[in-house]
Formats: sequence, C-alpha cells, structure tokens
Amino acid sequence: MALINLTTSTDENFVNQVETLSGQKISECYQCGKCTAGCPFSFAFDYPVSQIMRLIQIGQKEIVLNSKAIWLCATCEACTTRCPCQIDVANVMDICRIIARKENKVKEKDVKLFYDIFLESVKKHGRIFEIEILMKYNLKSGKLLTDADLGPKILPKGKLNFFPVNIKGKDSVEKIFTRFVEGIKNNE
Amino acid sequence: MSKLSFAYYPGCSLESSAKEYDVSTRKVADILKVELIEIPDWSCCGASPAHTVDHLFASAVAARNLAIVEEMGRDTLVTPCPECLSAFKKAIYNMSKDDGFKKKVNSLLDKPFNLNVEAKSFLQILYEDVGKENISKKVIKPLIGVNIVPYYGCLLTRPPDVAQFDDPENPISMDTILETIGANVPYFSYKLECCGAAYGVTKRRIVTKLSGDILKTAIESGADAVAVACPLCQQNLDLRQDQINRDQGFDFHIPILYITQLMGLSFGLSASELMIDKHNVKSDHFLEKIEKGLKEKEKSEKESISSKN
Repeated sequence: MALINLTTSTDENFVNQVETLSGQKISECYQCGKCTAGCPFSFAFDYPVSQIMRLIQIGQKEIVLNSKAIWLCATCEACTTRCPCQIDVANVMDICRIIARKENKVKEKDVKLFYDIFLESVKKHGRIFEIEILMKYNLKSGKLLTDADLGPKILPKGKLNFFPVNIKGKDSVEKIFTRFVEGIKNNE
Repeated sequence: MSKLSFAYYPGCSLESSAKEYDVSTRKVADILKVELIEIPDWSCCGASPAHTVDHLFASAVAARNLAIVEEMGRDTLVTPCPECLSAFKKAIYNMSKDDGFKKKVNSLLDKPFNLNVEAKSFLQILYEDVGKENISKKVIKPLIGVNIVPYYGCLLTRPPDVAQFDDPENPISMDTILETIGANVPYFSYKLECCGAAYGVTKRRIVTKLSGDILKTAIESGADAVAVACPLCQQNLDLRQDQINRDQGFDFHIPILYITQLMGLSFGLSASELMIDKHNVKSDHFLEKIEKGLKEKEKSEKESISSKN
C-alpha cells in the first residue's frame, strides 16, 4: 500500500458523510480483520474490506470512492453478520458505492452499466426483461459475446420470455423513479 | 393443521429463467395444502441494482408490492427467491426503525405501505409453518441412496437482525427437509459461501471461481446433487457449470436442484412435472440412483418379511 500524507489528504467531512448515511459508527472498528477473513471477494478486491473501513476512518475519500472493492462487493452480508462491533459493514460498502455513483467516480464501469440497464428495464416494464437486459449490456459495454455460449444451453429449454411482461401498474413503478429524481433535484 | 394461506410473490426470475422453481413451489404447496395467492400486478423487487442507487429508492421499489399485500388484507408476503426476500425485509426493517425514512419512502409511492405486512421465504413456511411431520406424511418415494448437500446462499439467513430465520452461520432448515424426504445429507462446509451473485455477466471469472469452489467442496463431500433455494445461485452453479469447468480446469457434471423439486420427487411427482429436464446439467444418473435405492429398499423389506415368515 502506498504512503498516504494524512495532513493533505484527510477529509473529515467524508467520515461524517459515511457515518450519517450508513447510520454506523465507523470509529468503532478496531481493525480485527474478521470481515476480510470471511469476505469471499477479497481475492478480487484492490483493498480488502477491513482496509476500506480503515481508509474511511482516516478520511481517504478519493481512495475509497475510486476503489474497485466498493463495486465488487456483492452484499453477501458475511461481514455484517460477523463484525464483533456490530457494524453493518456491507451497508457501509453500499453507502460508499452510492456516494461514488453521485460523484461520478465509478471504477467498475461495466458493473454500474449492468445495474443501470437492469433498472431501466424495471422502469419501462415494471418487471425485468432478461433477454433485453443482456442484449443491451453487450451492445453498450462493447463486449458483444458476453454469455453467448449460454444461449444454446438455455434457449431450447423454452423458459425465457421473448417479449417483456408489461404490468398494468407500470406507470406507478415509473413514478417511483421520476419522483426520486425530482426529489434529488429539489434538494440541490 | 389449519389451512395455511399466503400472498405469493414469485419474482421476475421465476416467470422466466427459473420457471421450474415457480412450478415446483406451487405443486409442493398444493400437496401440502398451503394456499399461495399471487399478488396482483406485482412489480420487480429492485434486487441488487436498486440499493446501489439509493436506499430510499430501493425501499420504495420493494414497498409497492408490500402495499398491494396490505390491500389484499393479508399480513404475510411469501416468496421463494432470497434476493426478493432480502429486498422486502430490508424495506420493512429500515421503514420500521425510522419514521422519517418511512414517510420519505411513502412519498415516492402512489399507495403508502403502512408496515402491516411481514415477508417470509417459502423455505421458512415449509420449515416452521408446515413442519417436518406434515412433510413426512406426504413422502411416498423417499430419496434413499442419494447424497444431497444443501446450499443456502447468502441472504436467507443473513444478516440475522433482518433475516430473523434459522442460524446465520450454520442453518439447518434445508438439511432437515432433505433428511425428512429420505436423502442422506453429508456435512457441507460451503453452505453459506457466496456463489458470486449477480456478477456472472460483468465479472464472470469471480463467479466461476466462487461457484467452482462450492461445486468442488460439494463433490468432495460425496454429493450426488446440490439442493438450492435461490434462482441466481441455481443459475451460477448449473447454467454456468461448463464455464466453471472451462475457467477452473474442472470436469464437473453435478445436478443443481431446487429444494422444491426434490420435495416434489419424494411426493411422487415426475421429473418432467417438476421441470427437472429444464436444467443445464442432466439429472438422469441422479434420478436412476433414487430408483435403484427404492428398489433395493423394497427388496430388503420383502426379504425381511419372508425371513420372518
């Protein structure tokens, strides 16, 4: 891990922001490492979850928000279940991801792209339309052959819908999206 | 046992890629006299993507369905899908502990949710409300002679404050049901290890590593099949099993079956009724082993009767 100059890089506001939004006392983490020990994703993270907790404690906003780790956390809840300080660690990771989204700092662009396309499908139909999500993802990510090998395995089973299920109340679902976006605008 | 009746939320996967989970759930519920009334015009729970945007937004997307259940005059939403379950439980949990949060969620909705509904997994209904005695009464073809390991995945029991079901570190509900329907249940240390969740599309290598570890441990435990209760886990372990083999250098062909499909088999339903042929990995060998186990049991029973005579 690189040396960090705390005099120039500590952002106290970030500590408060994460604590307020997550409702967790990050200062109570004493770095036992139990979260990291049980985290199935540590092998893929740039900073293991206990280091993310420490980086938040010392106000390292840029490092945390630009980390891959916050985008690769699957919210499996092993850390939250095991933290001896009862910190909801998975929630803290989620909040960092939410802040990174708002500040347009997204280290794992494909992960965010997939989530956005998923939610577009919910907004449009009220339920997700699996084939459309995968096709849009492949086009927009430029990774055209993603899961192309699965097509011949699942398509003959006749389970996938080739047309979206549009629910009657899809307007009421769409309104959740629009009211939420309006609420953000009004607060700004 | 008085008749059990619940508002039923299948979720998006169960009407498409995981249709067999919906079909087997309904058939098993029918046999066990559990009435499942589908929630009219239900919408997506929001799943993982919604909570990466905002927690207020995620709760609202989930709570639209909970509000419909209130309108139905029901107090329990039942879903087979752990991801949907988690979305509902978190919405209820967050709205219950913070009145301000609740008001904000309701301001995003056409119809407010007033916290008069709880969410439960279908597994919880089977284990707690139906119970193993009532399940065992319906078993006519016990799954003798096969080893099945239960794979719970992350969200059915975690985090414990929210899930309020079974043990968060060593759950036993599926173990108990599998034993009740006659299967042998070997010790399985990967019951709760994450399969890689929704990263199959975007980060396939993560999923093939984590799911590969689960399959490897299952096979080392002597499993003939893995029992699951989650459509995403099923997809990662079954549909992606060839990707796992390719990426990780394995050569696995282990069937991944929903707990409801296994129960259905023991209740005498056929594999095709339970859509077991809709999985990627074939179950033929596993099904033959069950038939063989049953025949051997009948034979030894006849022998013991004739030796007594």
